[in-house]
Amino acid sequence: MREINFRQAIGEALDEEMARDPTTFIIGEDVGKMGGLMGEIGGLYLKYGTDRVRDTPLSEAAILGAAIGAAITGLRPIARMRFADFLGVAWDEIMNQMTKMKYMFGGKIKMPLTMDALCGAGRRSAAQHSQSIEGMMMHIPGLKIVLPSNAYDAKGLLKTAIRDDNPVIFFEHKLLMWAGPKSEVPEEEYLIPLGRADIKREGTDVTVVATAAMVTRALNAAERLHKEKGISLEVIDPRTIVPFDKETVLNSVKKTGHLVVFTEECQTGSFAGEVAAIVADEGFDYLDAPIKRVNAPDTPVPYGIILEDYWIPSEAKLIKTINEIL
Amino acid sequence: MAIQKEKLLWMFRTMVRIRRFEERVVREFADGNIPGSVHVYIGEEAVATGAIAHLKKEDYIMSTHRGHGHLIAKGGETDKMMAELFAKKTGYCLGKGGSMHIANLDIGMLGAAGIVGSGIPIATGAGLSAKMRGTDQVTLSFFGDGASNIGRFHEAINLASVWSLPVVYICENNLWAVSVPTSTSLNIPNIADRAAGYGIPGVVVDGMDVLAVYEAAGEAVARARKGQGPTLIEAKTYRFRGHFEGDSGTYRPQEEIDRWKKRDPIDLYREKLLEMKVLTRKQAEEIDKEALAEMDKAIKFALESPFPEPEETLENVYT
Repeated sequence: MREINFRQAIGEALDEEMARDPTTFIIGEDVGKMGGLMGEIGGLYLKYGTDRVRDTPLSEAAILGAAIGAAITGLRPIARMRFADFLGVAWDEIMNQMTKMKYMFGGKIKMPLTMDALCGAGRRSAAQHSQSIEGMMMHIPGLKIVLPSNAYDAKGLLKTAIRDDNPVIFFEHKLLMWAGPKSEVPEEEYLIPLGRADIKREGTDVTVVATAAMVTRALNAAERLHKEKGISLEVIDPRTIVPFDKETVLNSVKKTGHLVVFTEECQTGSFAGEVAAIVADEGFDYLDAPIKRVNAPDTPVPYGIILEDYWIPSEAKLIKTINEIL
Repeated sequence: MAIQKEKLLWMFRTMVRIRRFEERVVREFADGNIPGSVHVYIGEEAVATGAIAHLKKEDYIMSTHRGHGHLIAKGGETDKMMAELFAKKTGYCLGKGGSMHIANLDIGMLGAAGIVGSGIPIATGAGLSAKMRGTDQVTLSFFGDGASNIGRFHEAINLASVWSLPVVYICENNLWAVSVPTSTSLNIPNIADRAAGYGIPGVVVDGMDVLAVYEAAGEAVARARKGQGPTLIEAKTYRFRGHFEGDSGTYRPQEEIDRWKKRDPIDLYREKLLEMKVLTRKQAEEIDKEALAEMDKAIKFALESPFPEPEETLENVYT
């Protein structure tokens, strides 16, 4: 099968959905001639025109506000927000408008609005271009959150997100976008439903729930522990934070008796904390050891190689934690 | 501008209906039948009425926390509105939105926004949608003087200008952002002057004179419909009561309140219509009586309607 990278997957998903549904359009900064910050959407504006691939002024609140207005009046906007960090500029649109209008208005509207944004550390981009804010966002009812770890998942999930009639934030980890490994991706169309985890490696001793760029690190750790110590990790990628496929995780913990949640987030108020709480609440009897969270420290993301590499949760920390609970 | 008699009378009836609705809201709130907080539109009726008079059913409006008048003018049914305020299941939003969040997309009412200024970019989006879908729908974006100081005012109007969107931005300048007067929050005489910064027309209009609002809005709506882009209208008006029910409004000078109340938009318009011989005193009284009866009916409907079941809390989060 052919192999494509993460960037190509994003470009293909957008292209296919734009072709499929004439009410779909892209709105955001640098989506036209530049083709996205990493060139991921190429020359889509040539194919669909500047009406449907709409470059905007630097006006994040107006981009999302306009997307909301378009979504409730019959269109299906895709708002490209560049960096997750920039969502703060339009936080009211996310927290108070797109996620609340349906409820406040008695369910009588649809909000088919997808946002995508680069997230994650590892590009030495410092505190305002590197954050992972899924934990903050999952606290808002009404929002769906997608956080894929490879090109295959990214394409199938983005297509589903665009077709969803709810607001969805689709995060693209910038290490995956920049230089993520290629995946086998079929030529023919496929969709991946939101809310279905994927077991990236089956195992019997410890369940590791990992997201985005941490999935590869977890798989590397699994390989090492298998070779060096004969320890068998089961690596689960939830793929979507909301809805969260807790059944897959609980079933795994039932088998392994151990859970480590391995995510690239500040630990306090994180998705990892929520996974730990769910398993403590609903899977306590399965556990043979305390649940562990391996995340980033509660500091801004630092600049430079030395500090940032210390900040990002490492394979070594994951292995050390696993050794502690076994 | 020659205005048909029917339209002139519709405007009078609409203003009276808004006033009578709001007066009942004031009373029902005081009696404890309406929970939460309400912001009434008494004194500002001419703005919504004169502007919305130009709209078709499929046109859009985006409203504010002080939105009852906009919805009534756009064709909202007062019984469903009152039921919503009473937090009843038969309300426009199943009792989930209340006074600050009434919407009814079936008549082009895209919602009311409790966060001041948040509706302005959403209106821009509705305008974008109409343009992209190739319809001639126009969107009216209502907001107050306070909202004109919020960053999104700038972002949203600039965007509508560069894309030449069919949106009319209507600032209801009632001189007070809760307790902060425009004299300390603006360093220019007119909010409409800001239109120059976006390269669009800015128009100041007497917001107590419904015919003046009608005329200014008419030009702006026609421009929008012809694809000539947005307009910023500033209607100078005044809220006769506090910011919310329960706000004594003591921060405003009594002399100022008295001066504005002498220019009650309904009184001014009634006299004008009498003078124009479009209306007789008897007809005016009849219209008022009908409005009172309508509001009695709305209250009865709201009182007799059931509350939602507690478990309905969990519904309508996702599609």
